[in-house]
Amino acid sequence: MSADPKLKARLGIALIGVALAVLPFAVGATFGNSWVRIVDFALLYVMLALGLNIVVGFAGLLDLGYIAFYAVGAYLYALLSSPHLATAFPALFAVAPGWPVWAVLPLGALVAGLFGVMLGAPTLKLRGDYLAIVTLGFGEIIRIFLNNLNAPANITNGPQGINNIAAAQIGGHALNRPLELFGVMVPGVHLQYYFFLALTLLVVFVCVRLQDSRLGRAWVAIREDEVAARACGINTRNVKLLAFGLGATFGGVAGGLFAGFQGFVSPESFGLLESVMVLCMVVLGGMGHIPGVILGAVLLALLPEALRWGAVPVQQSLFGKVLIDPESLRLLLFGIALVVVMRWRPAGLWPSALRKRELAAHGEAA
Amino acid sequence: MDILIQQIINGLVLGSIYALVALGYTMVYGILGLINFAHGEVVMIGALSALTAIGLLVPSGLPGPVVVLAGLLIAIPVCMAVGFTIERIAYRPLRNAPRLAPLITAIGVSIVLQQLAMMGWGRNYHTFPALLSVTAHKVGGAAITDLQIIIVLTAALLMAALVWLVTRTRLGRAMRASAENPAVARLMGVDVDRVISFTFVLGSGLAAVAGVMVAANYSIAHYAMGFMLGLKAFTAAVLGGIGNLGGAMLGGLLLGIIESLAAGYIGDLTGGFLGSHYKDVFAFFVLILVLVFRPSGLMGEKVAERA
Repeated sequence: MSADPKLKARLGIALIGVALAVLPFAVGATFGNSWVRIVDFALLYVMLALGLNIVVGFAGLLDLGYIAFYAVGAYLYALLSSPHLATAFPALFAVAPGWPVWAVLPLGALVAGLFGVMLGAPTLKLRGDYLAIVTLGFGEIIRIFLNNLNAPANITNGPQGINNIAAAQIGGHALNRPLELFGVMVPGVHLQYYFFLALTLLVVFVCVRLQDSRLGRAWVAIREDEVAARACGINTRNVKLLAFGLGATFGGVAGGLFAGFQGFVSPESFGLLESVMVLCMVVLGGMGHIPGVILGAVLLALLPEALRWGAVPVQQSLFGKVLIDPESLRLLLFGIALVVVMRWRPAGLWPSALRKRELAAHGEAA
Repeated sequence: MDILIQQIINGLVLGSIYALVALGYTMVYGILGLINFAHGEVVMIGALSALTAIGLLVPSGLPGPVVVLAGLLIAIPVCMAVGFTIERIAYRPLRNAPRLAPLITAIGVSIVLQQLAMMGWGRNYHTFPALLSVTAHKVGGAAITDLQIIIVLTAALLMAALVWLVTRTRLGRAMRASAENPAVARLMGVDVDRVISFTFVLGSGLAAVAGVMVAANYSIAHYAMGFMLGLKAFTAAVLGGIGNLGGAMLGGLLLGIIESLAAGYIGDLTGGFLGSHYKDVFAFFVLILVLVFRPSGLMGEKVAERA
């Protein structure tokens, strides 16, 4: 009896689906609900990494300020779902704006996308390394503005950030409160998990479809050889702008989710090191390969928790005190990982077959 | 008017520091065609290692300038070693890899350096002891201190020495040949690998001096100081025309002056909407404007993209 490959694939998908559906309950029962929260964050990072993957992995444009789009989405959500604007500008806002999540998220995506195009437009003519510096500067600028736009008009509330952000509401139920469903109490973090999971799956779907589309092939062509791509009739300007815009869109959505989940945003969450961390996820997992990027994002999102959990006791038992705090250990490992992966596994931990072949051929030619 | 002169003086001091750092970027770019992302961290290591040495020497009771000089003489070899290592780890193994690869390794190295510095020197700000005379001289209503004069003169001297080295010595000729065409330079008997190593070491030496200058000028140093400084110095290099020594110097001075004038006048210009804490934003706007309107920089020639 021969196994039908189509049936096998369907069975695999069904198994993954079941696993994803019971995951929060399994994690919550074994490790406690604080780990479900970490899984929620991992999903946010998967979205971010997939968005950056469009820019870096597909189109080959190194973006070091990607977290700025996350910040734009997060602050937009924060402003539209918290009492901040009403307290800062009582003349303009009689009541606190409380936009529904299904309106804020697309708006955040749109605004972040516009920022992406705005960043992309002046940098289109630049080669990789210039682009990296400009995007790095752009990320820093956004952070400086968020940090300082509390005077003379208090828009972002400066370094203190904005709090009291309402959680996303679906069908009149706020996702941070538990819900009784068929006699089972489902905690808020679990609800957030399903909400994030649905959006992550949507992002994965969009990415897969983009990859195989005309646009996706144009991106790869530009990554491999821009001059040749132009000679083939690809409008490189528009295609690059689309990469920036679409990548930024995902960042904006993830940012909005982050603000609603956390209930609080401050400029501190959007530093350069966050951008580097997302880049690290893409590079480590395998640039341009969607399953690889997801793997990279999940691994690196769980790493700090694992370190907090594992590194401190290990150091204490070895040296009697904590020599390196988990936070710097994490960054140190990120830095080392970037170097090691680029030198010995440039296609990442889980590379796409195509990319692997290309890089291998490149090494032989050199 | 006095404020204008004062801001120009401050700008010149700042600009000569930027110029020294920018030279490091531009020399590496000239030869490898790559941006050394970790260069800003080298400046930071220069400042902090000099401060450590100075801190150890202060109790000896030696005169202030001697102590600072000793700190500088320790910082320079430390930074040179760091620069040499960066090239070996992040650039040499990837010389024939796709362009993105060395950029990513350099970012990795830069994060590692920053974290190591944080572990070694801690998260707090280190103050530069008051060892150098800050006697102010009056120049048309504005003041310039001895320290500022020393910074500008030292920077000028180093730049003159660098120009002499590049244009008049055998090694300088090898550098120029490698920048022009590495393959042909190799055929002519130039050891290109050694030249590249030397370029990194030389740039890092200048970065060490710049680091000490920054620490002395602002009287503080911090493990994260390299990032913004590196970004600005890179902007200076691009403004002048990357790959061009004179351009880096001119770009550095210009950027220093622009930034200091901006910090002094931005409040008045925007009617108090933007304050001087936005001065860091200016360097970035300059960078964008240059890249859009004159990507080859003020003194750079137009070059076709090397495929």
